[in-house]
Amino acid sequence: MLRSTAVIAKREFAAYFATPLASVFLIIFVALTGAFAFYVGNFFERGQADLYPFFAYHPWLYLLLVPAVAMRLWAEERKTGTIELLMTLPVSPWEAVLGKFLAAWAFVGLALVLTFPMWITVNLLGDPDNGVIIASYAGSLLMAGAFLAIGSFISALTKNQVIAFILAATICFLFVMSGVDLVQNSLRAWAPAIVSSAVSSLSVLSHFQQITRGVIELPTIILFVSIIVAALFANVIALDQKKAA
Amino acid sequence: MSVLVESRALHKAFGPIVAVDGISLSVRKGEVLGFLGPNGAGKSTTMKMITGFLEPDQGSSRICGIDVQERPKAAKAKLGYLPEGAPLYAEMTPLSFLTFIADIRGIDRKERDAKVEAAVEKTRISSVLDQRIETLSKGFKRRVGLAQAILHDPPVLIMDEPTDGLDPNQKHHVRELIKEMAAHKAIIVSTHILEEVEAVCTRAIVINKGRIVADGTAKDLMRRAPNHGAIAIRVAEAQAEGIISGLSGHAKVARVETFDKLNGHVSLRAIPADGEAIATEVATMLREMSVPIDELYVERGKLDDVFREITTFDQGAKDA
Repeated sequence: MLRSTAVIAKREFAAYFATPLASVFLIIFVALTGAFAFYVGNFFERGQADLYPFFAYHPWLYLLLVPAVAMRLWAEERKTGTIELLMTLPVSPWEAVLGKFLAAWAFVGLALVLTFPMWITVNLLGDPDNGVIIASYAGSLLMAGAFLAIGSFISALTKNQVIAFILAATICFLFVMSGVDLVQNSLRAWAPAIVSSAVSSLSVLSHFQQITRGVIELPTIILFVSIIVAALFANVIALDQKKAA
Repeated sequence: MSVLVESRALHKAFGPIVAVDGISLSVRKGEVLGFLGPNGAGKSTTMKMITGFLEPDQGSSRICGIDVQERPKAAKAKLGYLPEGAPLYAEMTPLSFLTFIADIRGIDRKERDAKVEAAVEKTRISSVLDQRIETLSKGFKRRVGLAQAILHDPPVLIMDEPTDGLDPNQKHHVRELIKEMAAHKAIIVSTHILEEVEAVCTRAIVINKGRIVADGTAKDLMRRAPNHGAIAIRVAEAQAEGIISGLSGHAKVARVETFDKLNGHVSLRAIPADGEAIATEVATMLREMSVPIDELYVERGKLDDVFREITTFDQGAKDA
C-alpha cells in the first residue's frame, strides 16, 4: 500500500513542476497572500505583531487557487487516456487516490512554506505569539487539504478540467459560507433548526477563524479530517463507477 | 498450466448499445491470438475487460488462473498492456516514465536499471530517452508504450493495435519483437491490418458486433476466401476462347471467368469445383493444348475478402 502510494505521489508532485503551472501557482500564491495581508488586511496599520491579516484571507484565496491545483488530478488522466494505463497497473484505486491527493497537498504545503518571509517580517517588527502562527499554518494546511480532497473527487467525475474547477470552487464556496446568512437563510426557510445548525457547524470559515485566533479545538480538526476522508472515499467510488459504466 | 488467459461469456453494454455480447476465449502459452474486426466491433472493450480496466456486466476473466475482478492487483501484476493509442504521461521523459512503471511494479532497485535498459533496447528508443514524451513522433510514442508493457517480462501481453501509426520498417520490427517473445508468453494483439495476422498470429478470432464470428488460423480463414485455390492464367486474347472452352469441360473446374483485359492479353480464373487443388490438372491440360502462357499462379484468396464477407453479412450493421 505504502510503496505504490509513494511512487504515485512522487510522480504527481514532479508533474506539477514539469509545466509552468508550478512556478505560476507558487508566485501567484505568495504574491496574493502577501498582497491581501498588506493592502486588505492592513498588516502595518493595525500595529499588532501577529499574522491574523495574513491568514484571514486564506479561505477566500483557496477558493480560487486550490481547485486549480486539484482539477487536473483525474480529469487530465481521463482526457489523455492515461487512466487506462494507471488502472491496469497493479495499483488499487485507494492507493492511486491517496497518492495523487498527497502530491497535491504537498504542493500546496510547499506554497505555504514559501510564505515564510511573512513570518520573518512579523518577527523582525515585533514579538508575535509564534505558537498561534504555527497553529494557523497547520489549520491553513488542513483547510487546503479539505478543499483539495473535494477538488480531487470532482476531478474524477469529468474529463473537462474547467468543469472540474468550477464545480469544486462552488462546493468549497458552500462549505466556506455554510455559517453565513446567504446559506443559512435559504435553509431556515424550509429545514428544521437542527439541520441549519448542523450545516452551520460545517462552516469552514468559522472553524478557520477559531484557529487563526489561536484556538484549535477537536471539532475543527474532526471537521477538516472528515471532509478529507469523505471526499477521498467518494473519489474512490467515482473511479469504481467509471469502471462499471 | 498452459492456459494463461481465459475469459468466459463476457458481456458489456453501454446504455442501450451492446458492445460485447458473450465473448469467450482462451489463450495458451506460446500462442499469439489476433483480434480482428471492424472499428466498433468490440475489440477494445473486450481487451479492457480482460485487463480489468472495465468491469464486465456478466462473465469473468482470468489471467494466469487469477480472477481479474476478485484479485485485480495480483492479476494485473502478471499482465503487460498497451492500451489503444498508447496513452502516456506527456510531460515525462521515456526514462523517467519507465522508471516510474518499474517502481510501481515493485521491481527491485538493483534490477530496475537492467530491466529498463532491456526494454529500451528491445523497443529501440535509446536515442530519445531524455526527451519529453510529448515531443516524440507517433512511432516513438508507440514504442515507449510497448516498452512499458514488456518492462516486467509479463507472462501475458495484451496489445491494442500495437503497430498503428508506425512506418513499414517499424511495423516489421514490432512484429519481429512479438514473434521473439511469443514462445514463453500468451499474447493478444488487436489489429485491422490483415497481413499482420498472417505475419505474427498463431490464431485469429474475428469479432463483429460484439460476437466472435470466426476463429482459426490465418490459413483456416483464408480457406473461406471466395477465390481460394483458384488458378489465374494470363494469355494472349486470341488464345482465350480455346482455353475457356477447354477448361470449362474439365470435371474438377467449376467455371472459368475473365477478370481482366489489358493490351491484348486476357486474365482468366479457373475456380475449382470442390475446393480441391487443381493446379496439376490445369497445367497438364494447358501443356496438352500447347498454348503460350504469359503467367500462371494459384490464388490464395485475400484475407481482406474473407474479412469483408464475414463482417458485412448482416446488413443492419450499426457503427457503434
